[in-house]
Amino acid sequence: MSFLPYAVAVWIVGVGLYGIVTSRDLVHLVICLSVMQSASYLVLLSIGYVKDASAPVFADVPGGTRAVDPVVQALTLTDVVVGTTVTALLLALSVQAHKRYGTLDPRRLRPGRATRRHG
Amino acid sequence: MSDRVRLTVFGVSLAGLLALLVWGLAGLPDFGDFQGAYGQLLNRVAVPERSTTDVVTAVNFDYRGFDTLGEEFILFAAVIGVASILRTLRGERIRRPDDDAAGRHVPETSLLVRVTGLGLVAPTILVGIYIVAHGHQTPGGGFQGGVILATALLLIYLSADYMTMRAVGPTWLIELAEGLGAAGFALIGVGGLVFGTAFFENFLGKGTPGELPSAGTIPLSNTAVGLAVTGGFVFMLSEFLQQALTHRRVHHHRRGGARRAS
Repeated sequence: MSFLPYAVAVWIVGVGLYGIVTSRDLVHLVICLSVMQSASYLVLLSIGYVKDASAPVFADVPGGTRAVDPVVQALTLTDVVVGTTVTALLLALSVQAHKRYGTLDPRRLRPGRATRRHG
Repeated sequence: MSDRVRLTVFGVSLAGLLALLVWGLAGLPDFGDFQGAYGQLLNRVAVPERSTTDVVTAVNFDYRGFDTLGEEFILFAAVIGVASILRTLRGERIRRPDDDAAGRHVPETSLLVRVTGLGLVAPTILVGIYIVAHGHQTPGGGFQGGVILATALLLIYLSADYMTMRAVGPTWLIELAEGLGAAGFALIGVGGLVFGTAFFENFLGKGTPGELPSAGTIPLSNTAVGLAVTGGFVFMLSEFLQQALTHRRVHHHRRGGARRAS
């Protein structure tokens, strides 16, 4: 079953995209994007996996033990940080969209349809 | 666009995307059979060369330190971005923090939540510091520990209230941590230039692998990043909390109904 991790990654991309396309709420949409991005963590970690190998941490195993690839794991950390920042910025934009349009439903967000204020 | 058209367009694009994804993934090495030359080399040389038992940390804060500096400043830029997107807008005013959304009464925090939350604050801080301090030995480091440390302040908000959280983590302290951390990490890189030959070169004694003070500049980098990440996350969280608690529009939405007494 060597394709299984990649199949799961493809599936996560699919459900994340489906959520984004059918979303009725910007917060839900941002979460769907995070779900979709988590597929890239899975792909990176799956690529670096080596059968019957330990983690690339030699604190309690002797040096020279077969270990999985540390480079893709370091890249995954970068990936997580980027994901976090994207989520934070999009949520901040959602807050402002809600203030301006009075709704979080992406289908009701139309340029020029900002709620007018009482004078 | 109607829902049906939207889903049809999506379905066709998704089929194309999935086909491309499967095609791309098919070219990857078989699961469990990766022969990455760099990874294998690093697994062999990192412990004797850098006195770091966690090779992932050695990659992040030494071999690839320059890249991690960029990563750290992505976070820094995002914090600035969130702060400027969530600035106080014209037509908004700041009022006393109030834990309820329009038309919703939030019940008092229960005693159980208070006791559990406050009881968890000290352990959370301890775990956070442990994860930051042992980043060069076991899985962890500044990014992971920093997020855990930021959680401690969120626990204070959860079990007490917003003002208590601000008292424990005032803005000047958060900004100081964020600034010192980010600048400190960059300066450690410059230190490599001054005392060594290259940016981010390890210029301190390497010590014995597995001991707490070892691995040269890596624990320092972890501490700096930990400070910056703690500051950054607490800053972003309080920006969002401010939006929910203290920012109110003076004027109301058209559909907003009657003006709510504040």
